[in-house]
Amino acid sequence: MSNVPLLQVKNLHTSFITDAGEVKAVNGISYNLDRGKVLGIVGESGSGKSVSAYSVMRILTDTGRVTQGEVLFNGEDILKYTPQQMQSFRGSRISMIFQDPMTCLNPVFTVGSQLREAIRIHTDRTKEQINARALEMLQLVGVNEPEKRLRQYPHELSGGMRQRVMIAMALACEPDILIADEPTTALDVTIQAQILELMQNLQKKMGMAIIMITHDLGVIADICDEIIVMYAGKVCERGTADEIFYNPRHEYTKGLIRSIPRVTEKHEKLVPIAGSPVDLLNLPKGCAFASRCECAMKICLTEQPEETWVNDSHIAACWNNVKRMYEESKGGEAR
Amino acid sequence: MSENRPLVDVRDLKEYFPVKSGMLNKMVLKAVDGVSFTIDKGETLGLVGESGCGKTTVGRTLLHLYKPTSGEVYFDGKLVTDKNIGEFRKDMQIVFQDPYSSLNPRMTVSDIIGEPLDIHHLYHNKKERAERIAELLTLVGLNSEHATRYAHEFSGGQRQRIGIARALAVNPRFIVCDEPVSALDVSIQAQIVNTFEELQQKLGIAYLFIAHDLLVVQHMSRRIAVMYLGKIVEIGSASDIINHPVHPYSQSLISAIPMPDPETARHKHRIILEGDVPSPLRMPKGCPFRTRCRFATEQCAQSCPSLTDRGNGRQVACHNM
Amino acid sequence: MSEFDPNKAPVKRPFSLQLDLSKFEPATDAEKAQHETTRESTTFFRDGMRKLFKNPLAVGSMIVLVVILVTIIVAPMIVPYTYSGMITVNGKRDKTAKNLAPFTYSKMEQEAIDSGEKVFPHIFGTDELCRDYFIRVIYGARVSLSVGFFASLIVLIIGLLYGSIAGYAGGRTDLVMMRIVDVIYSLPDTLMVILLSVVLDQVLGQSLQGTALASIGTNMLSMFAVFGLLYWVGMARLVRGQILTIKNNEYVLAARAMGAKPSRIIRKHILPNCMSVIIISTALQIPSAIFTESFLSFIGLGVQAPMPSLGSLANAARQALQAYPYKLVFPAVGICLIVLSFNLLGDGLRDAFDPKLRK
Repeated sequence: MSNVPLLQVKNLHTSFITDAGEVKAVNGISYNLDRGKVLGIVGESGSGKSVSAYSVMRILTDTGRVTQGEVLFNGEDILKYTPQQMQSFRGSRISMIFQDPMTCLNPVFTVGSQLREAIRIHTDRTKEQINARALEMLQLVGVNEPEKRLRQYPHELSGGMRQRVMIAMALACEPDILIADEPTTALDVTIQAQILELMQNLQKKMGMAIIMITHDLGVIADICDEIIVMYAGKVCERGTADEIFYNPRHEYTKGLIRSIPRVTEKHEKLVPIAGSPVDLLNLPKGCAFASRCECAMKICLTEQPEETWVNDSHIAACWNNVKRMYEESKGGEAR
Repeated sequence: MSENRPLVDVRDLKEYFPVKSGMLNKMVLKAVDGVSFTIDKGETLGLVGESGCGKTTVGRTLLHLYKPTSGEVYFDGKLVTDKNIGEFRKDMQIVFQDPYSSLNPRMTVSDIIGEPLDIHHLYHNKKERAERIAELLTLVGLNSEHATRYAHEFSGGQRQRIGIARALAVNPRFIVCDEPVSALDVSIQAQIVNTFEELQQKLGIAYLFIAHDLLVVQHMSRRIAVMYLGKIVEIGSASDIINHPVHPYSQSLISAIPMPDPETARHKHRIILEGDVPSPLRMPKGCPFRTRCRFATEQCAQSCPSLTDRGNGRQVACHNM
Repeated sequence: MSEFDPNKAPVKRPFSLQLDLSKFEPATDAEKAQHETTRESTTFFRDGMRKLFKNPLAVGSMIVLVVILVTIIVAPMIVPYTYSGMITVNGKRDKTAKNLAPFTYSKMEQEAIDSGEKVFPHIFGTDELCRDYFIRVIYGARVSLSVGFFASLIVLIIGLLYGSIAGYAGGRTDLVMMRIVDVIYSLPDTLMVILLSVVLDQVLGQSLQGTALASIGTNMLSMFAVFGLLYWVGMARLVRGQILTIKNNEYVLAARAMGAKPSRIIRKHILPNCMSVIIISTALQIPSAIFTESFLSFIGLGVQAPMPSLGSLANAARQALQAYPYKLVFPAVGICLIVLSFNLLGDGLRDAFDPKLRK
């Protein structure tokens, strides 16, 4: 039991069928998530970071399909669940919060009724117990005057407050995993700090695992234990936060870290990544990042790099890394 | 003609919007409430604040895209009014946040960039126009062959470059950059930031750089102004503001920046602000920040502090310093 | 760390690999550029057309409409009968050609055929006044279609002008103009149409005598007037709404920042961007106009006899429905085909061109 990771994603592929053709949003990603860990998935828009989470939750839009792969929760493949099984699974074992809490809360019901509904679906508690639980959840997420808030409608709350309510709803049934899809992107910096602090505290208190999806490297650095860097539906690199930030091995990760402005007295010029994001409709042969990569080699244009171990807590899928490690091992032999 | 005269001088600018609430109630939304600053030739002033603090409105009112309720804007020593704004359209330009809604989807790139040329009759013949468009495209790092394409064929970063080329077409001396990188991916942000910097070095343009991302603003700007609920609470040199903020709001704002560095994140002490920004319709009496301020006193509820000089070019609006 | 258990992830350690180092040379810029895939350039219009032609219903209705259009243009040139005159055989009026079934001949015609002459068949038979029914249905369709087109055109022009003035001016002007629209909107339109066509018929009937317009018929003109007076309000609302949303786009603000004048902004930025929605709505206006025309003709307020319209033909057929049911079937099927095709085409246009529905 303890050896099986809480969530295993194996070689997941997801595509969207559009008028213009098949958009391959996720092209074979694999990762494991252990109990009580915070996993960050970072990437640009269109990198497939959100779609990979939607595939795990099985909440893709009509045009989306998981074409290949397995998602194992405690060793069970949830992609094989019936819709009914999935319904009771969602919310109770894995729940999700989204970027824009306004679109996720129904504007015609009060916060209280939506929160109670979330609790009622997955438990057989009495009315009083449900009410008490709703109140308790609001207190837990730091909503002031919770009794009053229960009777209010979503539009009467501020953005930060709504996100807190969303978190309360997501955590009401004590799920094992919370997937947070850009939870702070729509919020201001000071409110973002509040929400991140709240999520960290709740994680410590309730012990659930979190998958944090964001494009903001700052948010990732703040709260994640492990990080997955995605580009064009593939994992570029995955490892502990320190490994990714201080020992990046994929050229894309390096470029990302170089392109963020830093607080320094000396004015340094930013080093951006050249070019534009790839077109997912017709992905190139080799490495999708090759055309924007400064260090692209001939092999990068023809063959896809495989995920390779850098050390025990770090994987990179980059030919430059393979070359570097090869040279290092040769150098070691020569010595 | 004095050389020390600032290029843009904004004095006590106010922009109130009438808002209807209910049948007869008319309320006034004080989006910008008495903002003053100056920008020198070739300088960048960063303007930061949270959403709804009025930073975008400052930029637009400054260009008379909204009619200012009161206050004056001087450009190169001349007062800008509704009547003579036409003369200044060639000197002051704007780059918008959303590279999707800021370009007309029915126009080709050459039409978009050529429009200011058409309006101000900046060419003598078709060939000259085409040459100027090609020159502008190259200037912002686009291929001049792109001129015949439509804007929607480009990625966000490229579209933002088109927007910059359009602003540059009239050879402006001052550009309002209204969150020009917020809608872009991190890797593209750096491209656009660099483009802005290169253009400034090459052409000596002054920027008002509006953004909510403090890291980008401190990178771009020589000076930074921090806004809260329509007022500037602190203004000073970029490094002073980032490293030693004085106003309690700036302090918490800067401590809230998520640093892309796990080591700093682990040891950082965040000043978490309680509560939310009050609605600008129901602004608290006295200092607008006092409802969330750790140091709020009786005095803060009584009167609104005005910007006072703290030396070194820094001005702060707080009673408690 | 268990999450990096090598047995569970499809990864390799590179140390055992023998690498072909020639592949690990830096790629040239040209090679990289070639690697970059670009999507082929499409315009908004081309993209929309592509989507439209992928929609089988829209393509089908386009074909039907083209067939109908060609038929009503070409048929009168081929068929030797007129919509108002009795059938004649060798210059003599054929009184026996009354209420013939489709593809049958009257006695006189049969004799003529027997004597070696050629007689054009009555595809839809004849009516009680010995007129060829096919040509009457064709003319009826002509009338219905032209009423549809011109009425929509009138609606478009008035609605576009009114709506764009209200939308662009905004403020008090907008408020007053839109309240007028509300008043007109609140009138019961069928009743108004009937009243107006009765009143206008008398007013116009006298003033038009002797002019070229008289040949169109006062009923027809009053019908256009009714459309012009009543049905533009929907279009005006639509145009105003479009302009209000487009006015808030940043590219309009950018044009203002450039110093563009309002006329230029309307011409270059606002109108081209609301055009697709306006065209779609006009395409959907046509069938509703045809329907109203047929309805008015059916209750006797439409075109003037002997000019047929699909509605008046259906009305006439009603009287002898049991004896000659096909007389109702032909015009009724005509109306249905035309209205359905326009509706489906309009829907297809909307799916293809409406920016709000684009994926």
